Parts: sequence; structure tokens; C-alpha cells
Amino acid sequence: MRTKAAPVARPYDVEEVRAQFPILKELVHGRPLVYFDNAATSQKPRRVIKAESAYYATINANVHRGVHTLSTKATEAQEAARETVRKHIHAEHAREVVFTSGTTAGINLAASSLGQLLLQPGDEVVISGMEHHSNIVPWQLACERHGATLKAIPITDTGEWDLKKAPFSDRTRILAIGHVSNTLGTINPVKKLIAEAKKRGITTVVDGAQALAHLAVDVQALGCDLYAFSGHKAYGPTGIGVLYGREGLLDRMPPWQGGGEMIDTVTLEKSTWARLPFKFEAGTPNIAGIIGLGEAIRWMEDYDKTAMAQHEQALLEHATQGLLAIDGLRILGTAKEKVGVASFVIDGVHHYDLGVLLDQQGIAVRTGHHCTQPLMDRFGVSGTTRASFACFNTIAEVDAMVAAVKKGVKMLR
Amino acid sequence: MTIEQAQQEVVDEFALFSDWQDRYEHLIGLGKDLPLIAPAHKTEDNLVRGCQSRVWLHAKQENNLVHFTADSDAMITKGIVALLVRVYNDRPPQEILSASTAFIDRIGLREHLSPNRANGLSAMLDQMKRYALAYSPRP
Repeated sequence: MRTKAAPVARPYDVEEVRAQFPILKELVHGRPLVYFDNAATSQKPRRVIKAESAYYATINANVHRGVHTLSTKATEAQEAARETVRKHIHAEHAREVVFTSGTTAGINLAASSLGQLLLQPGDEVVISGMEHHSNIVPWQLACERHGATLKAIPITDTGEWDLKKAPFSDRTRILAIGHVSNTLGTINPVKKLIAEAKKRGITTVVDGAQALAHLAVDVQALGCDLYAFSGHKAYGPTGIGVLYGREGLLDRMPPWQGGGEMIDTVTLEKSTWARLPFKFEAGTPNIAGIIGLGEAIRWMEDYDKTAMAQHEQALLEHATQGLLAIDGLRILGTAKEKVGVASFVIDGVHHYDLGVLLDQQGIAVRTGHHCTQPLMDRFGVSGTTRASFACFNTIAEVDAMVAAVKKGVKMLR
Repeated sequence: MTIEQAQQEVVDEFALFSDWQDRYEHLIGLGKDLPLIAPAHKTEDNLVRGCQSRVWLHAKQENNLVHFTADSDAMITKGIVALLVRVYNDRPPQEILSASTAFIDRIGLREHLSPNRANGLSAMLDQMKRYALAYSPRP
């Protein structure tokens, strides 16, 4: 008689994970690719690539319209992905999951629609000083349109919110904040700030672009009203993202874009809107992208999130130690709670030059202002070199980067 | 020496280097040797804005030739700026306008002139040609 073995949690095997990413076999300038630009976009496991191409190869059809078999299958696949997203971020209803083209589109939807719903002349919108331009500019546009003012939570020397100076007032209507800083890696205390905002009756929007790949996101536990993210930074395809919205709020928000799919009835005088989430999904959606996103989430869910996060923390610690041993190097963003992002400046070395020399050695990092110019101004730098890690990176790759930085610095000084 | 000959000279010079490190060390050295633009010309108006590194370019006409001085805040960018100035400096406007930039490809630095806007070099080249056009003799 055979006894059933108790399930044993698999130890995190980075080589097994790497084997699923075809691009990691590529050579750059004749050297094995070391990909440390995951905060810009992560690489894709084979399963995601296959799911997208299988859609086109076997069930490509427009959704929600046709009565034919393919259309039914495509619709089912799309709605199955919506349910996957719902479960993953712990939304109450699948109709609270709106597909967008990415975080930028999600925030533009939020800013445009919430602006119309909530902002009056003299009102205020609060963001933070470390936001990505995508979570600044849409709010500037909304404020301009409605005569409101944009205010920002200042940033401390360690790259965290200075919450004592949060500029809330009785005119604050909207709080729009990043869950994780793309430039510094700081994991922000969003739950705490949202609770504070809620007490004041402020509507809350979270830019989750940098969070989904690294943290367990639970929109109900966070208590936010809206939460935007992209698929491509979390092992999914480009051109697809999600705006989660609490049903009660989405119901009151006016549509952002008009077109097919988002209407109930149309006459030449007046239209009425479709039910949620379709009211916010004008036009044919990125069906292949939605299916790819669903697959990326299921792929992530196959791993123990804690083990994955621990692996990334080990990479960050190793990189931080190695980099800090370089003369004249300073790391921006030294918060206790960080995802795997090491952003640094080196005395006498321009980030562009270093980026070029790292690329020559097969190492892909991001250099520049990372779409956070106000944050660069805060730290008095024009840009940084940023290494951002993902679950498929290794300690050996970190060592290769540190050695390559040393070589680059030697050439430039 | 024509622009074409000056370009060939650059290509021959870079052919001496077999690996990337020597090539880039040479480029960085060229940047260091670049005669600096006069501080008075390092103005906002002369700034060719890249997303990451910045380039300053000043031009004037002397004896029907276009005279360029330039600078950059990044060393590799400055090295390529030095090459462009060396090749295009003190030439008749017509010759600058009709010259190709293929020599940059041939020395393995094509990526620096890609239109990804990061370093401002592609914009600098456009700006050099615009100066040449402005200084062209009127028909």
C-alpha cells in the first residue's frame, strides 16, 4: 500500500525559473544577456508567449458580439482572464476589473473621469514627490481643466513619504499615490495613508505598476477606490493593463472614451452606457493581451510568492553591498522596505556613459531620470543608473554587474 | 581633405581597435581632447536636448565655411561629438548638406545615432545640417 506524501513546498529554484524565459539565452555584444531593467518591463515566460500566439492561432474572433463559436470561445477566454485578475488582486467582483492598455491609460481614465465627477474650482489633488510622470501629468491636466490645485507629499532623504507634511486640507478630493517607487524601489505605506484619506472622505487612486510582480496585492485590504497596473511589468504582454475600481464608485464615474462595446443604446441625440466593466472598455479590447495577462498571473501563482520575494531581496542585498564598495558610489533610496531596485549615482561618472559601457558588457540597466524628474530635482541629480531585479535573476549576474560597473568607472575616470 | 576623406580617416583609425574596450577608451580620449566651446556659447539656445546627455553646439560662418564648436556633459557622447566636429568642421555648407553619416555605422557606433533621443546626437547632426542650410549661398 502506498501512502500519500504530504505536499512539500518546493524550494525556490532560480535555474528552473530561468529555463522558462527564452530571451535569457540571447547574447548581447557577444555576451550572455544580464537583464536588470525589469522595472521598465519584465521578460516573459514561454507560457505567456504561447498563450498569446495560441489565441491568434486557434480562437481569434471579436468578443461579446458574435454568436459564432470562435467569438464565444474568445469571450470565454477573455472573461476567464478577468476572473483570474479578480482573484489575484482580491477584488469583490469581476465587473470591478476594467481592462486598459496599461497603467498610464488607467490613470488617465481615473483622472479624467474622477476630475469630472469630483473636482470643483479651488479643490485639491494630492500626489507624492516620487510619482512617475504617469501619475503626475494626468492629474495636472485634470486640475487645469477644473481649476483645482495639485499638491505633493514631500520625500525624505531615505526616499520615503514625509507623512507629517502630507498636504491634506478640507479641499482635498483625490489622493493618487504609487504603491512602489519605480526609481527608488521604496514600498510605500499605502494602506496607512489610504486609511487616513478615507477618514477625510478623499477618493484614493493607487499606481500599482511596480507592485504586482513583487508584492501580494489585495485591493480590499488596501481599501483603495481605484488601483491601476500594467501586464508587461509582471511577466505579461505589453499593451494590456487593469484599472480596478470599487463598484460603487465606478457606477458613479462618467465614461472616459466613447465607442462600441461601452454603450447600451445609441440614438443620434443621446446614448446610454453599458453595465460595468464595459462602460469603460470602448472599442475592441486587446484580447490576446488580456489572455496573456491571465496566463502571466497564473504563472506567478504557481510559485510561492514569499520565496520569490526572498530571492529578489537576496539579490538586492547582494547588489547593495557590492555597489557600495565602489568609491564615490551613492545609492538613492535607502528605505527599509524596498523591492529589488538599486538606483545609484557615482561621483564624476555620467549615467549615460555608464549605461553604454554596461551594455557593451551585456548588461541591461536603465539610466536617466526614469520618468521621475521631480524626484531627481529633490535629490539634486540629473539621473541615476538603475538595476531592477526580477525572479529570474541570479547572484552571479549581480556579481557580473558589479564587476562591469567597476570596469566602466575605471574607463571613465 | 574632403568630408569623405576625413570620414575614411576616422574609419581607418578605429580599425586599429579589435575590442570594444579599446574602441570606447579611444572615444573617451577624443572627447577629452575636444576643444571646449567658449563658455559664452554654452547657452540654452545652443543646447541640443537629449533625454539623458546634453549637447551644446555653436556654429558660425568664416570665409564661406561653417565653423563648429561643441560640448557634452557625458564623455562618450562628447567623443562622438568630437568625431562629428572633426569631420564636418570648416567645410562649405553644400558639402555638409550632401555628406552621409555612414562612417558612424562603419566604426560600430551606430547605436549612438539611433533616434531613441537618449543622447541628443541625432538631433545634433540635424542641427549641424540646419546651420549648413542657413549658411548656404542664396541662389
